[in-house]
Amino acid sequence: MNLLDIFKRRSSAPVARERLQVLLAYERRNRSQPDLVSILREEIMAVIAKHVQIDQDYLQVSMDRGETMSTLEIDIQIPNKSAVPLAMAG
Amino acid sequence: MGKVVVVTSGKGGVGKTTSTAALGAAVAKTGKKVALVDFDVGLRNLDLIMGAERRVVFDLVNVIQGSAKLSQALIRDKRVETLFLLPASQTRDKDALTEEGVGEVIDKLRSVFDYVFCDSPAGIERGAQLAMRFADEAVIVTNPEVSSVRDSDRIIGLLDARTMKAEQGEHIAKHVLVTRYDAARASRGEMLSIDDVLEILSVPLLGIIPESQDVLRASNLGSPVTLSEPLNAAARAYLDAARRLEGEDLPVVVPFERKGFLDRLLGRRAA
Ligand SMILES: Nc1ncnc2c1ncn2[C@@H]1O[C@H](COP(=O)(O)OP(=O)(O)OP(=O)(O)O)[C@@H](O)[C@H]1O
Ligand SMILES: [Mg+2]
Repeated sequence: MNLLDIFKRRSSAPVARERLQVLLAYERRNRSQPDLVSILREEIMAVIAKHVQIDQDYLQVSMDRGETMSTLEIDIQIPNKSAVPLAMAG
Repeated sequence: MGKVVVVTSGKGGVGKTTSTAALGAAVAKTGKKVALVDFDVGLRNLDLIMGAERRVVFDLVNVIQGSAKLSQALIRDKRVETLFLLPASQTRDKDALTEEGVGEVIDKLRSVFDYVFCDSPAGIERGAQLAMRFADEAVIVTNPEVSSVRDSDRIIGLLDARTMKAEQGEHIAKHVLVTRYDAARASRGEMLSIDDVLEILSVPLLGIIPESQDVLRASNLGSPVTLSEPLNAAARAYLDAARRLEGEDLPVVVPFERKGFLDRLLGRRAA
């Protein structure tokens, strides 16, 4: 271990404090309300099901929480063969 | 009417049982009548820490199920005559405790004792919720470390939502007890500071218990550290915490480590 390592290693506590503050602010907000991601997932699934038949597994909803902004990522895969658009079939 | 105090944490192994024994014994030493109730059904340990493991005949579940009277199950401490223990049972049946049964036992204890300390199991499930259900006050045992602080925050949420007091719109008094505090590591900024913990949890501080060999030795001997070695740093910290719990206004001194030569050379500062 050289001198630089010693300097780099000092004070991990401020990082811990910051991570906790961000995390707990989020967890406290969400304590009383049900999980947003799963609600979104269900409703998106329902919208899609009106038009295309897909399996639950083809829909991925994930959330990356930032300090001031969060990103919601929705990934929907529509298989070409098995899924027949309802409008055309009907 | 006595006061019911739950000792809880969410995270396991942070020092709930140790603290229940040490605080309870400290309060009992002042002449108050104190009952310690072990809620860790299936994993009872308070009997061992109190050195009463060979005297357990009946337990909390027996009392709730009516196969023993409360007075038969309470074990009187051999050192402090106002101190009693109600052991947990070793049953693996998680539903052995009913809310109604626990409520009745707590009511009876409350009418006889000045203080009832409930040693909560780890976790946030049924057992932990029953331990806090009838509490007037809570001691939240926290280690200065990220996962422990996070779990304490969840427990605070439960205390404010799921206790009888909270449901009746009353206030449940909460105190943070920081245990296993290592002054040397804190001064190197390797451990969350007391200020960090208090700022994050925003619950008043009951005390700071240093990491100490004495605590382990006391457990080995089956005696709360406040009884066996009352002059040691950890014991003194518990004795002070007990006085604060009884309403005394004692300032908390953060244990500090004198900086070593190397620290000063490198200009390390406490975080
Ligand atoms: N201040 C301290 N210094 C050193 N060791 C300690 C201290 N406090 C507690 N310990 C040790 O930490 C371990 C866990 O303590 P304890 O059993 O009181 O925790 P707990 O929160 O009740 O655990 P559980 O969640 O399993 O019920 C024990 O070995 C105990 O001796
Ligand atoms: Mg325990």
